[in-house]
Amino acid sequence: MTTIAELPPGFVDKVLSAQSTFRSVMDAMARPGSVQRIVPTSGAPHVMMRGTAAIALTLFDHDTPLWLDARMSESTDVTKWLKFHTGAPVVQDSSIVSFALISEGGALPSLERFALGTSEYPDRSTTLILQVESLHSGRSFELRGPGIDGVATLKASIKPFDLFERLRINEALFPRGIDVVLVADDAVVAVPRTTRVVSKGS
Amino acid sequence: MNAPAYNFAYLDEQTKRMIRRAILKAIAIPGYQVPFASREMPMPYGWGTGGVQVTAAILGPQDVLKVIDQGSDDTTNAISIRKFFAKTAGVATTTATEDATVIQTRHRIPETSLHANQVLVYQVPIPEPLRFLEPRETETRRMHALAEYGLMHVKLYEDIARFGHIATAYAYPVKVNARYVMDPSPTPKFDNPKMDNCPALQLFGAGREKRIYAIPPYTQVVSLDFEDHPFEPYRFNAPCALCAAENSYLDEIVTDDKGGRMFVCSDTDYCEGRQAAGHHGSLSAAPYKEKAQEAPNG
Amino acid sequence: MYVAVKGGERAIENAHRLLASARRGDQSVPEISLDQISEQLGLAVDRVMSEGSLYDRELAALAIKQARGDLIEAIFLIRAFRATLPRFGASEPVETGAMRVQRRVSSTFKDIPGGQILGPTFDYTHRLLDPSLAEGFVPEAPATAEASTVPTPRVTDILGRDGLIEPSPQAEEGASVGDLTREPLNFPADRDLRLQNLARGDEGFLLAMGYSTQRGYGRNHPFAGEIRFGEVEVEFSAEDVGFAVPLGSIELTECQMVNQFKGSATEAPCFTRGYGLAFGQSERKTMSMALVDRALRARELGEEALAPAQDEEFVMSHSDNVQATGFVEHLKLPHYVDFQSELGLLRKLRKEFADANAPDAMKEAAE
Repeated sequence: MTTIAELPPGFVDKVLSAQSTFRSVMDAMARPGSVQRIVPTSGAPHVMMRGTAAIALTLFDHDTPLWLDARMSESTDVTKWLKFHTGAPVVQDSSIVSFALISEGGALPSLERFALGTSEYPDRSTTLILQVESLHSGRSFELRGPGIDGVATLKASIKPFDLFERLRINEALFPRGIDVVLVADDAVVAVPRTTRVVSKGS
Repeated sequence: MNAPAYNFAYLDEQTKRMIRRAILKAIAIPGYQVPFASREMPMPYGWGTGGVQVTAAILGPQDVLKVIDQGSDDTTNAISIRKFFAKTAGVATTTATEDATVIQTRHRIPETSLHANQVLVYQVPIPEPLRFLEPRETETRRMHALAEYGLMHVKLYEDIARFGHIATAYAYPVKVNARYVMDPSPTPKFDNPKMDNCPALQLFGAGREKRIYAIPPYTQVVSLDFEDHPFEPYRFNAPCALCAAENSYLDEIVTDDKGGRMFVCSDTDYCEGRQAAGHHGSLSAAPYKEKAQEAPNG
Repeated sequence: MYVAVKGGERAIENAHRLLASARRGDQSVPEISLDQISEQLGLAVDRVMSEGSLYDRELAALAIKQARGDLIEAIFLIRAFRATLPRFGASEPVETGAMRVQRRVSSTFKDIPGGQILGPTFDYTHRLLDPSLAEGFVPEAPATAEASTVPTPRVTDILGRDGLIEPSPQAEEGASVGDLTREPLNFPADRDLRLQNLARGDEGFLLAMGYSTQRGYGRNHPFAGEIRFGEVEVEFSAEDVGFAVPLGSIELTECQMVNQFKGSATEAPCFTRGYGLAFGQSERKTMSMALVDRALRARELGEEALAPAQDEEFVMSHSDNVQATGFVEHLKLPHYVDFQSELGLLRKLRKEFADANAPDAMKEAAE
């Protein structure tokens, strides 16, 4: 069993690392499709990419219920690390969570199972943090929407393969919807609910 | 005594996380007002606490901060807020619009075009554009949910019926990304077109009313109007008396008690930049008293 | 040459120096100490602690001194400091039934178990200015007696035994208590948030709202079931310790109003409750709060909510004096830009009006 002393550490400088990580995530969310780097480093439990760990340390706390996919939740390192460093409650009911952490995109549950907000409070929705293989090579996607000057091209290797088809629920649901943050190592790309995929290469 | 000790950029980390989460949702839902648990700040509600909380949540040591009130870096409240962040976050400050990475503003959008590496943070007194038509939050929230904006159009149309044009001069409502009607804060409607398709991220903080909202970069922002009564920005028809700018928003300065007026740029950085570049207006070089008589009478 | 106004920074510094000097006043007069404020202006300290939401007499006294006696400014200072404090959790509910009462009155029963205790009160003082207080006044030693060991059960509990008053509404087991300083407020708001809002609310605002219910704007036929003031223990259950740890004792005033309720199709007529609680001795505040709390329960009790005091959005949005004073006083800030826009619009409208109303002859002449 891992003791607290053996857990991977959090940020060395909590305040400035969280600020820097947040700015990367904010820039990603404001400019969908653009690849942002997360600079600060922390320890991360085995299943978790360092970008995901930094986001967790930056945005999670007692007020943000989390849902973990099977691979994450089966790792006691992950659950202990999250509890110790963020205090965020891990819950089973994915429909009430602020964040969901997905390490195996292939097993991503149906998006309707997450919080999609209400018409009155569309902000009360899950932000999906999805670990992917690559955010610089793979299929190319052309994105449009707020935050994008014309068209943004994203080259990425993403599971599930049909992520963008699934995200089309955002079109019908708007202003309700789900926002996605893709993480590959220290790179992040955000796909907020306003982003539309206009074409895909191979 | 419990002597106070304050964090970087004043706010504690838990508060910053809460505000940061709200900012992300605000960006994801352009123009929608995200409720947030606004904190008591060491300056009064109504004096920029919303903008200050947003700025405090995004600001880092690498940022260069500019603070303006009424377009000017030198108004007392702008000075006060700039000093607050210089003291609590140790950030570099500037008055040059181009050099700033974060610009906090009250009532103006700078004349110099913003660029992609900037964030414009607005201080907002009443974030709800429908508030003066319907005082109840429960009602206005429902109207936004249903995108039921008839009331606003009726108000604007009543203006037209009565005056022949829309009689709203500032805080002129806009529609963001073809969905949410949004209050741009009490900026003059002259500034509205600058919000549309702007390369910079625009964040809005209302502390007392506990709302954060956003316009992502390159997002469509349309001032509400009617086909036969299109939106028209207002500007007093005179060049700036100091820098001769023909396209900037002007402050009216009362020069005497006999009706003397002069008009100068409200954006002081823009005006000084133009003067430094050799542009001179009618009053910039001559003794002020003699020339005051020639100032346009409003 | 016209030069845009500069030197704001210097002006601010000078203004603050002048303020510091004005605060101190004539330096030949001895400086007031925090102890003096805490001991001799105790009710001001109580109010600042209550509406500042922070039980710390010393800091409240400092705030009053720093604010030159402006209590809303002092409350603001305390709130701004409080906002930076880490929050460890919520205490156990205080047991006001076990209060060591210094004062306790009921207007509903002539005698009650534990008795009526007048305590330190302005009630029945004749409001005649007392010149002997001006200087060197030494009060007589107060009368003393053995501390009573007789319990002082709450009057509402006595009424409750006969079912004449509604049971005190109970929260669900394990339900968390809302905190409007940590979460944004949404409407409709539950009673925990309403009471928190009222407890932090401006005494003058609550007084006026409570008063308005008595004058018929949402009348609810109140009786002062009981007002008690004294000391209670505060305990905190830390997760790791496993039991409640005493943190110390604080002074509280509690008011339970007993209000008429005609009943409904499903409920027998009975008395209902309005509740007020404040730090220190604050009877006006707690009584007003109890009246407004009861008025705000209109929705829950199936009453028509027509009066201002019954309108939770109205009351809760305007009760906070730090918010209110900030927004009212922000009108002092420059508004040149929006005023200029209005000026332009007004001139245009006036010109259009003048043109439309000009005599035809002049119009023709002008053409």
